[in-house]
Amino acid sequence: MAIHNRDKFLNKLAANLGRPQRREGVSRPEYTVQPQHRVFKDYSTEDLIAVLQEHCKVIHTDFVRTSKEELTTRLREVLDKYEARSLIASNDKRNQEYGLDLAYQQFAEEIDVHIWDASIGKENQVIAERTDVGISFSDITLAESGTVTLMMNKDNGRSISLMPKCYIAIIPKETIVPRMTQAAQKIHANHQEGIEPPSSVCFVTGPSNSADIEMNLIVGVHGPVKVTYIVVD
Amino acid sequence: MSIKIGDIPYNDRIDQGIDNEFMRQAVSSAQGRFRTGRLTQAEVLGDWEDWRQIGEEIRTHTLENIDYYLYQLSEQVEKRGVHVFFAETAEEANEYVENVIKKKKAKKVVKTKSMVTEEIGLNHALENAGATVVESDLGEWILQLDEDPPSHIVTPALHKNRQQIRDTFTEKRGYDQTDSPEELAAFARQQLREEFLSADVGITGCNFAIADSGAVTLVTNEGNAEMVTALPDTQITVMGMERIVPTWEDMEVLVSLLTRAAVGQKLTSYITAITGTRLDEEVDGPEEYHLVIVDNGRSKILGTEFQSALHCIRCAACINVCPVYRHVGGHAYNSIYPGPIGAVLTPLLDGYDDHKELPYASSLCAACTEACPVKIPLHELLIRHREIIVEEEKRSPAMERIAMKGFAQWASHPAAYKLSAKMARTALKPWTDEEFVENGPGPLKGWTDVRDFPAPGKQTFRTWWHNHQKGAKK
Repeated sequence: MAIHNRDKFLNKLAANLGRPQRREGVSRPEYTVQPQHRVFKDYSTEDLIAVLQEHCKVIHTDFVRTSKEELTTRLREVLDKYEARSLIASNDKRNQEYGLDLAYQQFAEEIDVHIWDASIGKENQVIAERTDVGISFSDITLAESGTVTLMMNKDNGRSISLMPKCYIAIIPKETIVPRMTQAAQKIHANHQEGIEPPSSVCFVTGPSNSADIEMNLIVGVHGPVKVTYIVVD
Repeated sequence: MSIKIGDIPYNDRIDQGIDNEFMRQAVSSAQGRFRTGRLTQAEVLGDWEDWRQIGEEIRTHTLENIDYYLYQLSEQVEKRGVHVFFAETAEEANEYVENVIKKKKAKKVVKTKSMVTEEIGLNHALENAGATVVESDLGEWILQLDEDPPSHIVTPALHKNRQQIRDTFTEKRGYDQTDSPEELAAFARQQLREEFLSADVGITGCNFAIADSGAVTLVTNEGNAEMVTALPDTQITVMGMERIVPTWEDMEVLVSLLTRAAVGQKLTSYITAITGTRLDEEVDGPEEYHLVIVDNGRSKILGTEFQSALHCIRCAACINVCPVYRHVGGHAYNSIYPGPIGAVLTPLLDGYDDHKELPYASSLCAACTEACPVKIPLHELLIRHREIIVEEEKRSPAMERIAMKGFAQWASHPAAYKLSAKMARTALKPWTDEEFVENGPGPLKGWTDVRDFPAPGKQTFRTWWHNHQKGAKK
């Protein structure tokens, strides 16, 4: 790793700003207004779930709410609706807690099931590309925009939510916050405490889309064409 | 390509724009939708002015300390395994990228939509290095197949209709389906999947780099940026040096402003923050990562009265409300940055020589200033450009200088003024039909080409006033 050409470049900037180069001693000012903290400030979790459900209509995303006990059944219904012949899921610790490890074993009797396996490397991507449905957990869920936040790691690749035609996000109820502000605060606070951010954090809001042809909204371009959120109590 | 698109003179470009019926309709309907989207989102928030205020404060603070934040960013990303190259010029940036491509012996490069790589003409350098370049944003891919420049910074192919797009796909890629946008997009999805999977290098721009943790944030809807950053083993991010914020918390506020102001979405479908190379045992993401930070004329704007132009977050809200853009379209600006921000930025980055008309491509109605989510005083900056062009650079059009000089002479000599005011009606008689001039001579032509000009009155105002006063005295 190397940094090329930095001093000359930064000295020029400082000179144009009429002062010597700054390498320390700068802190963010207290901004005079902070409207981001006011959004849905006193909303309960139930209120936020209602906001999320309503916004799912705007972002072309199906909304399902269920309990841990019912999750397997509901998930199966969504898979059937998508006519899934194969699925790929993250190798998440929560799979066990939510009964998904058993569910995947059960589904595997009828369809191809692949659980992300770090040991086979790039093969995971190849499988994801030809698989019908990707399934993973939301780490932080943003009610305002209907967004699931995916913190990537060796057991949870980005390909899962990206390559298959359909994507299902499992949303534990307690991950729901008002908006992106709370997600950013958490990552910021973690970083201040020495916890490094993941190599990628993906904020995914419904299926991929484009308005590049005559401003017509096309749902489903490079990423998934269909998305379902399953909120679990 | 570079910041300048071509060599067609300003007036011809304007004519081409005005004569392009489809483009003008497309632009006007797009403007309507974008504008409604932004206003709806502003209304939902209820305190949009506070959002603009904090946006302006974040951008002001960041630019005032840009050397500090770039230093911090470079330290942080290096810790996460990234090579950092500071490029003062387009040439330096291109040469660095070219070397990476050569070293990797890369045959295929996939790109996300990025204004800065257009600005520095990176695709040429990539081709020089022997690589095939594939633009992966749907609009950019269409333009690439058709070898056409972008006309809008958010929806680059706005000036094309679906029949044109179908014909392009048919001619270049053997497409044989209808011109329905869904079918066209499905075809692009399938064609580009193969490109993503076989690419050696992914190149992205950057919406916001986060200085204190060393992340690069990309804001998209199609999912192409995710493919470009997840699949190839080598990644290069090229960022304009001002695309930076201090922390995640600042990024969050600016992303909220960007997606609302650009397309009226609360958030776009994909916002991805990438911190360095992939970690041990991870599969997606690059194992080799280069960050190229580009100046290319930006630094000379720092410390000047135009510094706030660097606050721009590339949302195109100003473009979407501009009445001039509505009529002439993006290509008339002859810059990859069209509209009000383009008219401010292009002469700053590329000099007045080729762009001295741009600050005049504005009615100074200030709709742009009002729309800007980070409160850049765009119309004031355009006025300042005009002052510089007229007073310091003496570059106002020759005819205008002569005319102004003549006007001063004429208006300050009462006898000459009186005589010509009286003569005007008679002089314009040959072109006058009833009380309107429909096809005026000389300087009137530009006006009467598109609308009638009222014929000078039968009596001049002075004569009328004189008679009126006489009447009053009776």
